[in-house]
Amino acid sequence: MTNDVLIFAEQRSDQLNPVVLQCVTPARELAGKTGGQVVAVVIGSGIEATTQAVAGHVDRVLTISDARLEHYTATHYRTALRQAVEKIDPRFLLMPASFMGRDVSPRVAVACGAGLATDVVELTLGDDNALSARRPIYNGKAFGRVTFAADRLAIASIRGNAYATAEPGGAGATESLAFAPADGDDALRCSEVAKTGGEVLDVTEADIIVSGGRSLKSEENFQILYALAEKLGAAVGASRAACDAGYQPHSRQVGLTGKTVTPKLYIACGISGAIQHLAGMRGSKVIVAINTDPEAPMCKVADYVINDDLFNVVPALTEAC
Amino acid sequence: MKILVLVKQVPDSTTNIKILPDASDIDRGGVKMVVNPFDEFAIELAVQLREKRSDVETITALTVGPATAADALRTALAVGCDDAIHLQDDSFADLDELQIAGLIAAVVRDRGYDLILRGKQEIDLDSGQVGPALGEYLGLPHVGALVQVEIADDAGSLQARRRIEGADEVLDVRLPAVLTIEKGLVEMRYPSLPNLMKAKKKPVEVLSAGDVAGLAEATSAAGGTKMSELSPPPERPPGKVLSGDVAETVPKLLRLLREEAKVL
Ligand SMILES: Cc1cc2nc3c(=O)[nH]c(=O)nc-3n(C[C@H](O)[C@H](O)[C@H](O)COP(=O)(O)OP(=O)(O)OC[C@H]3O[C@@H](n4cnc5c(N)ncnc54)[C@H](O)[C@@H]3O)c2cc1C
Repeated sequence: MTNDVLIFAEQRSDQLNPVVLQCVTPARELAGKTGGQVVAVVIGSGIEATTQAVAGHVDRVLTISDARLEHYTATHYRTALRQAVEKIDPRFLLMPASFMGRDVSPRVAVACGAGLATDVVELTLGDDNALSARRPIYNGKAFGRVTFAADRLAIASIRGNAYATAEPGGAGATESLAFAPADGDDALRCSEVAKTGGEVLDVTEADIIVSGGRSLKSEENFQILYALAEKLGAAVGASRAACDAGYQPHSRQVGLTGKTVTPKLYIACGISGAIQHLAGMRGSKVIVAINTDPEAPMCKVADYVINDDLFNVVPALTEAC
Repeated sequence: MKILVLVKQVPDSTTNIKILPDASDIDRGGVKMVVNPFDEFAIELAVQLREKRSDVETITALTVGPATAADALRTALAVGCDDAIHLQDDSFADLDELQIAGLIAAVVRDRGYDLILRGKQEIDLDSGQVGPALGEYLGLPHVGALVQVEIADDAGSLQARRRIEGADEVLDVRLPAVLTIEKGLVEMRYPSLPNLMKAKKKPVEVLSAGDVAGLAEATSAAGGTKMSELSPPPERPPGKVLSGDVAETVPKLLRLLREEAKVL
């Protein structure tokens, strides 16, 4: 085993997942301590832009490009990642805690005989050389430390916005590896990728989320949130009560049974802050609560609170920014 | 078609989490335990498949957990599963998610399941590792975060729709396969009291460590992480309440977001 840190540079349609450059930050810390290199692997078909985007941040880039890798499937991408691990023989493998990261990392861990921690917010290499990872558990109601076994590859998927984006740096020499699919990989085939929500950003992709609850009272009233979101370049989210009432599609639901988000800014408009809603957004960097009830739990976790009618505040905010 | 549904018993989502003084685990005293909400969707999907198709032979529920986890199996049986497997041994409590998947693989490998269902994630450890890892151990494809599924009449393949960031992926999958279920596909029906009584008579196979052939190899191939140092989430500093009417609060908020929080 080398001391290298391998990063899975996730892309879709040749667009680098921005969390990859956040993964570079802990990767450099680890490599700095162990004397290893930071190596990125880009997997797909037509991945020039991604390769370029990541090359300026790492010591080496490995590309595995093949028509069969155009769309993500857990089986093909597991095989490609295993190839990269066999080639580099790294001690650590980091990747974004995205849907892809969540989906492929357990398979890669089993395929490579590795340990795995998902949704990590902090990685620590102790004085005893043991790697440990801090991660949320019980829907964010607690955190735990996962310590990896010393003698095997450690895989961690890193939560968005847990680390700052790394500054450019590194030679970024590129080499390619021929894809060699394994038996049974074609038991899974992706035949279509259909955008949901039209041109509107998904809550998991956005740096800013404007989110609304039951108190919006109708689908039409959500337009005031969309107007603000457009000004801020934000996505629109919703509570389960708002989704169940049909004001927003379930794909926008934030929370325990919806999506978990960690944006830079979460603006909760008329959302009480039930524990299951907090489960999905309490990791946000900055939280704003707009709520008529000062005792609402959301007002207790928020950084900035306006106790006023959202139907006054939101349009005024849109106007002012 | 033989269906296996993996269920886990977890603390109810409204539970107030208290951490033991030595920070090794949460205090489980008095905590209400329920079937993992995402696993409920998996149970319901299995039962609906049987209602729709004539070729579903058996639906088996499987859990790994202490004696009290039998309640989760009973719920699954009351809702329509036929039988259950309970992997129960004190030593299993030390296994991490990948090792649990290895253990389950060792038990089910030769039992010929065509479809293995589970929730997309457990709301206790929140990791969602077991479904995909089990697929890998068994050499089967898996589809995570499933929102729609259409199984071919000959049960040889299925088409699945799964939700990712801002898009749906449509996948063609050869059976046998592992599917993990997203919210929204189905809601579990209510386990009625009479059905809960009847469920007591359905067979539950209890297996301990000694009953699992190849256990040592199965749980040493990957994983082996240890969880410790549990803590409450980092305190958020008390928020600033902005007072006044909209003409005051809105400019104040924007200034704070730009200059203090630096997020705009
Ligand atoms: C197993 C389980 C899973 C769940 N999963 C989720 C989940 O994923 N996501 C989720 O969100 N919920 C989830 N819930 C539901 C959750 O418990 C709450 O019921 C839900 O979040 C409440 O939504 P809400 O805040 O919009 O509505 P309410 O709780 O009704 O809150 C409305 C808020 O709006 C404020 N308000 C009213 N009018 C105005 C106004 N004009 N201006 C400003 N403020 C106003 C009120 O003061 C109140 O605080 C789950 C529940 C269970 C049991």
